[in-house]
Amino acid sequence: MSAGAASSPRARSLARRALDWIANPWGKPRFLLLVTWAYVGVSILPVLVAIQFSFNAGRSMTAWQGFSLTRWYFGDPVYSVWHDPSLRHALIQSLKLAGFDMVIATPLGVMLAIGLSRWRSVAASMSNFLMLLPMVTPEIVMGVAFYLVILHLYTFIHPGTFAQALGHVTFSLSYVVVIVRGRLVSIGRQYEEAAADLGATPWESMRYVLLPLLLPAILSSLMIVFAISIDDFVISQWLSCGAGCDTIPIRIYGSARAGPLPAVNALAALMVYFTVIALGIAYLLFRFLTRGERADRSTRLLVGDMAALEM
Amino acid sequence: MYPKWLWPALAAAGILWLVLLFLVPFYAIIGVAFGGVDPIFQNPVPAWSPWHWDFASAIDTLKGFLPQHEYWRVFLRTAEYVAAALTASLLIGYPVAYYVSRHARRTKALLVALLVLPFWVSYLMRMLAWVNLFAPSGLVNEVLAVTRLTTQPPDWLNGNPVSVILALVYGYVPYLIVPLLAALDRIDQSLLEAARDLGASPWQAFVHVTLPLSKTGILGASVIIALPMFGDYYTPNVVSGSPLTSMLGNQIDIFFHGGPQPSVGASLTLILTLFLAGLTAYYMVAVARAHREGER
Repeated sequence: MSAGAASSPRARSLARRALDWIANPWGKPRFLLLVTWAYVGVSILPVLVAIQFSFNAGRSMTAWQGFSLTRWYFGDPVYSVWHDPSLRHALIQSLKLAGFDMVIATPLGVMLAIGLSRWRSVAASMSNFLMLLPMVTPEIVMGVAFYLVILHLYTFIHPGTFAQALGHVTFSLSYVVVIVRGRLVSIGRQYEEAAADLGATPWESMRYVLLPLLLPAILSSLMIVFAISIDDFVISQWLSCGAGCDTIPIRIYGSARAGPLPAVNALAALMVYFTVIALGIAYLLFRFLTRGERADRSTRLLVGDMAALEM
Repeated sequence: MYPKWLWPALAAAGILWLVLLFLVPFYAIIGVAFGGVDPIFQNPVPAWSPWHWDFASAIDTLKGFLPQHEYWRVFLRTAEYVAAALTASLLIGYPVAYYVSRHARRTKALLVALLVLPFWVSYLMRMLAWVNLFAPSGLVNEVLAVTRLTTQPPDWLNGNPVSVILALVYGYVPYLIVPLLAALDRIDQSLLEAARDLGASPWQAFVHVTLPLSKTGILGASVIIALPMFGDYYTPNVVSGSPLTSMLGNQIDIFFHGGPQPSVGASLTLILTLFLAGLTAYYMVAVARAHREGER
């Protein structure tokens, strides 16, 4: 009894101290630090291991059999990404779709963003709502919708590359609009008004004032469109014409459980390399385009664009 | 300075695109779900006009969600998996976002970059990595063997619900952390200082200031990952591939790919959409209420 009474306040204060130790906004949050870095490690480690096995000299996905830089990329005469037609075709298909998506969705989205952020009417606010819907619609719903509409209504479109490309543009469009609109809000209208005061025609103030100011956002959009298009699995699968329309994610999906060879890892790793290179180029260009603005601000803008996407 | 017609003209192409390639396709789901079935070929005959809608088959599908009917088990399982994955994601994601937002000083830029990194790696690439890790001879079982935690390493990849939930968490946590981080970053630090000045302990300051202020952020981030999780079918297929772990998305997938009744699949898709629209509406009402309370 007395022991219990003596130990319980002490236990409480210990628990209290432990909680304070965790929650103190000004103290050293060792626990949180640990959780954060453990999470970062766990989130990245599997991908690094997968990339590592794309350099496996043997055929195993789990046992390391020595290092081979090229075997699964182009060294193996039958199974490497370069020599296996299905893998090579998937790579080309993914890049084709991403390229088409970037070329169509970005200008369409930029125009839509400018139009919607300045056009004040009931129709505009309805379109604003419509524009957000693809972002919250689960991909399977969009996949089913596309599949049914080309089967029953748009019968002149057949499942295949063209249908896949249309689907990709549809789900990418909203991302472009959100990014560009964010930038439009932060630019404001004063620069264009100044240009107009100085005698610029509407076309000139759009071409020489607004578009250059929008360039960083356009660049971010291109980057994001590339990334979400090359990452897409569901829409590509529902609109696929069969093996000929396989993209990289479809190939990975198909072979993940069916006795895969490290060539699949090499294919997936290639996608990571592409994205990293594209990201690097985009980052450099972005720094160049926003060189007048402070460096930490331009990084913030890029991160802000990403965060805006998720909201 | 700009002519008035310019803005609608600029927006027109995009709006037309969304109407033709988003709204109309969605209407096609409704048409097929409420349409008939060809008596000979058994393929669906969509009803385009609301006058011809026939609700019988859709209502039959809806009845399947009643307890002890054919979709009840799948729906319950989907809800369980999503709830478990969401809870785990929040338990991992909130501390991480909180640390990065509040405590990481010099490492903040690096950590943000590392948190965003998974966005740039294909989802299926990450699932493939996960499968390799949990393969019978993979790293996880090797660690289990070396540390002698089990003599009989579990079979992770054949209908194991734990793997599906873990894979969902692994797949979707990054999408939860980034908006959460943005929400936590928006909290005015001076409010915390005020709470401390008024005598709140750090823990009290967290519970009474930070947590309530991040409530809408938590809700928003949860909705962002819950919506795609409810429609997921590829994650269970990749890490389990067994009917024992099939989710609502798998059910829909089966009805279209190889299954006999696309119209039932369309009804299921419609029901899923309505359910998720309900969730989203609840979220929007909650945010609006929080805004009103904030203004008061």
